[in-house]
Amino acid sequence: MVNPQAYLSEKLFSPDIEKVPTRNGYGEGLVLSGEKNKNVVVLCADLSESTRSEYFQKKFPERFIEVGVAEQNMASLASGMALAGKIPFISSYATFSPGRNNEQIRTTIAINNVNVKIGGAHAGISVGPDGATHQALEDMALMRVMPNMRVISPCDALEAKKATIAAAEIEGPVYLRFARAGTPLFTTEKTPFHFGKAEVFWIGNDVTIVASGPLAYEALLAVSLLEKEGVSAEVINNHTVKPLDKETILASLRKTKALVTVEEHQVAGGMGSSVLEMLAQNFQVPAEMVGIQDRFGESGTPEELLNEFKLSHPFIMEAVKKVLRRKKT
Amino acid sequence: MPTQKQYSIAQLEKKANEIRQDIITMLLEAKSGHSAGPLGMADIFTALYFKVLKHDPKNPEWEDRDRLILSNGHICPVRYAAMAHAGYFKKEELMTLRKFGSRLQGHPERARLPGMETTSGPLGSGLSQASGMAYAGKYLDKKDWRVFCLMSDGEQECGQTWEAAMFAAKNRLDNLVAIIDRNNIQIDGFTEDVMPLEDLKAKYEAFNWHVLEIDGHNMEEIIDACNQAKAIHQKPTLILAHTIPGKGVSFMENDFKWHGTPPGVSDMPGEPAKDEQAKIALKELRTLQGKISSEHE
Repeated sequence: MVNPQAYLSEKLFSPDIEKVPTRNGYGEGLVLSGEKNKNVVVLCADLSESTRSEYFQKKFPERFIEVGVAEQNMASLASGMALAGKIPFISSYATFSPGRNNEQIRTTIAINNVNVKIGGAHAGISVGPDGATHQALEDMALMRVMPNMRVISPCDALEAKKATIAAAEIEGPVYLRFARAGTPLFTTEKTPFHFGKAEVFWIGNDVTIVASGPLAYEALLAVSLLEKEGVSAEVINNHTVKPLDKETILASLRKTKALVTVEEHQVAGGMGSSVLEMLAQNFQVPAEMVGIQDRFGESGTPEELLNEFKLSHPFIMEAVKKVLRRKKT
Repeated sequence: MPTQKQYSIAQLEKKANEIRQDIITMLLEAKSGHSAGPLGMADIFTALYFKVLKHDPKNPEWEDRDRLILSNGHICPVRYAAMAHAGYFKKEELMTLRKFGSRLQGHPERARLPGMETTSGPLGSGLSQASGMAYAGKYLDKKDWRVFCLMSDGEQECGQTWEAAMFAAKNRLDNLVAIIDRNNIQIDGFTEDVMPLEDLKAKYEAFNWHVLEIDGHNMEEIIDACNQAKAIHQKPTLILAHTIPGKGVSFMENDFKWHGTPPGVSDMPGEPAKDEQAKIALKELRTLQGKISSEHE
C-alpha cells in the first residue's frame, strides 16, 4: 500500500498525471535558491535553455555566467568563484559535466572541497533521439567514487526543485542528476525531502525495491500491479545516492529479505551497486538489479528505449518475481 | 591593512638567492620533486611575496588580500620557500616537503596549508580558477583585490588554458595578471620540440590580452610589469617572463633532465656525481657561480 506519510499525488496512477522533466525542477530550484542567497551564481556551457538554467538567467542576469562550450573551464571557474565565497551551480549535460570535465571536478572541486554544485542534465537513456553520445549512463559512478562529493538523483520535477534548494544549503560539492523527458509528477509539496534520507513510498513485506530517479515511478506502477497478484513489495525512493541512507534501507531489508534495485544508469558502479556494497558488509539478501547492462544507448523515443533496455515496469515486475524465487530456495 | 615592508632591489635579490638555497636543501631532503622550475621562478616569487602582493602572512584568509594561484603545482617548493621566508610558517617546516603528514604536499593542497589558495598539479586549470576569482572580485563583490596566476609554458599546450584566456578577455578581467614561466623546457624536452608554442605573445594578443615581455630574473622588470598591469583597463594582462630553468646552478640551467629530478638521487651522464650535486649547487648559489666568496667556503 502507498505510504500515507509520503504524501504522493492523488493522481498517482491516473492516466492524466502531469508529466514534467526533472530539469525543470532544477531551473525552479535555482531561482528559489538565488532568492534566498545572493551568493548563489549559475554558470552554463551554452545549454541554458535545455538545462533550464535560463530560468535563473532571466531572474538574475547579473549572477548568470555564460562560459561557452567549455565544460573544463566552467568547472575550474566555479572552483575559483567558490574560493571567493560564492555558491556556483555549473550546468550542462551530464555526459560533458561531470563527464568531459571529470579531472577538473576531481582536482579543483573535490580535492579542494569547495562549495560547487554540478547540475547534470540529460542523464539516462530517456534522453531519447539524441543517441548514445548524449545519454549519460555513467555519471553517478563517476561522481559517487569521488571523496567529498555528494550525489542526488531526484525522482520528479518537484523533488528536483527540493534537491536543488537543499544542495545550495549543503557546504561542499554536490552532484545533481536530471532527465530530459517529461516524467510523472507523482510527489507533492508535502512529500518529505531530506538530503541523505531515503523515503518509503510504498509499504510492503516480501521484497524491497530501492529506486532512484524517474524510474521510481515505474517501480510504483510495478508494485501496484504486483499487489493484485498477491505480492507485497516495498518501494524506497533513494534520491540521495551518496551518502547512502543505510538505516532506512537496512530496516526494510531486514523485514523483506529480498532486493531489487532500479536506476537509469549502468548497473556497474551506480546507485544499485552502492546499496549492494553496503549490504555485502552488513546484511546479505538475494538481489536483482534493473539498470543498463554494460551497453551504450541509442536513438529512439524514451518509451522505446525504456523497453529496449528493460527498465520499464514489466521488467521491474519480472525482477521482483525472479528475486522472490531466489529468496525461497 | 598590512603593508609590505620596503625592500631594496639588492635585498630582494639576496632573498631570492636564499630561497634558491632552500629549494636545493628541501629537494635533497625530500629525495623527489622538481628542480629546474622552482629555481627558475625564485625571483618572481620573491618579487610577489616581498613587494607586489597585498597579503598578510599572519592572516592568510584576510578577505582583501590579493590572490596568488599557482597553476603548475609541481614548482611548489619555490612557493613553500617564499611563504616560509614571508612568515607564513617556520622555515624548519620546509624540510618536511613531500613527507608523510606534511602540510607541504608534493603538489599543493589548499586545505592543508593556509595561504595556498587552491589545489593544483594537473596542468591547465589554474587560469580558469584565477579567472573565476577575478570575476567574483570584479563583478559579484566589486572588490579591488587582484588575482595573480602563475603558469608554466608547457601548460599552454592544454586546451583549457585557452578556454580561460577567452573567458578572461570576454569579461575584461583587468584585475587578473597571468605570468607565464617561459623557460622553454617541459618533461619530455624543449617545448618547441614537444609542441611548438610560439608566437605566444601574438597568440595572447589575438585573444585580446595585454602582453608584457620581461626578463624573469630582473627584479626591477618583474616589479615594473606588475605595476604596469594595474594601469591596464578592460583587459587582462599577461606577463611573459623569460626565465632560465635551473637558474643559479650551472649544471641544471637550461637542461630538461632537471625538470623533474631533485639533486642527490641519480648519477646522470655529464652531470656531477649524485653526492656532489647539492653541494655544488649550494656553493654556486652562495658564490653567485664563483663571482663572490662565501663565508661557508
